[in-house]
Amino acid sequence: MTAHQHSDDIGAKLGMWLFLFTELLLFGGLFLLYSVYFKHYPHEFAAGGKQLNWIMGSINTVILLTSSLCAAMAVTAIQCNEARRAIGLIAGTILCAAGFMAIKYIEWSAKFAHGIYPGSEHLKSGPMGESVFFSLYFITTGIHGLHVLIGGALLAWIGVKVRTGAVTSGNFILLENGALYWHLVDLIWIFIFPLYYLIL
Amino acid sequence: MTIDQHTQHHIVSYKKLVGIWLALLALTALTVAITRVELGGYKVAGALTVACAKAGLVIAVFMHMKYEGRLLRWLLFLALLTLAIFIGFTFFDVLYR
Repeated sequence: MTAHQHSDDIGAKLGMWLFLFTELLLFGGLFLLYSVYFKHYPHEFAAGGKQLNWIMGSINTVILLTSSLCAAMAVTAIQCNEARRAIGLIAGTILCAAGFMAIKYIEWSAKFAHGIYPGSEHLKSGPMGESVFFSLYFITTGIHGLHVLIGGALLAWIGVKVRTGAVTSGNFILLENGALYWHLVDLIWIFIFPLYYLIL
Repeated sequence: MTIDQHTQHHIVSYKKLVGIWLALLALTALTVAITRVELGGYKVAGALTVACAKAGLVIAVFMHMKYEGRLLRWLLFLALLTLAIFIGFTFFDVLYR
């Protein structure tokens, strides 16, 4: 893929987008489950949603939007042949990813401390709808968190490639695709945030 | 490289990216604001409309879709259509069962 003479950047980007569409459908399925169960258990969902901290959710939204800005600017930087700036911006994206995960850790820990985790006695003894809500919350934010970790690792690897000169202003498809993956992570959060933290 | 693909690349300026970021932050503030007041059913519709607007900005500018060719745009349309069909048809079942 990185062979200089025979690289097919358009094909690589098309492949990335096709992969992103499957990701969209994966999370689409989770959102569908959410909406159908929301219809079944509106009161239990509202009770569950009120237990989530919307301030932490808002902070994480701002962090992810900023990380996406850094990723997009890193692509512009490499296109303008500003490798050093690109590396700095990639580092900024990864820093935001770490901040996001730290807040997620605090949120999940608080839930665990209250006996709220999949299969917990507290949820089993409570109403069915609340158990469904928190199961969906943990699986959706869990898979999303996994994507944050993978995206962060991917960008770190690409950052090293920029540093060693394997990714340059003439050959930056790897960074472009890495950034696309990162934006998808942001995109999914844009929907998770209102659905779980705000509307209930 | 004989035919340089990179010359076709559209470079999005830093200024534009920062502008989009500011718009995204403003829209985030807007969703928080409209969901903190009691609007009943409009709350869900309002929050989702703003979320779609934010997603549109991210896809169009951050993900460069605005500058891509017809192929990618149609594929995106197809993916979103698929999503709309499976969510829409599920709701025909759920709502009118």
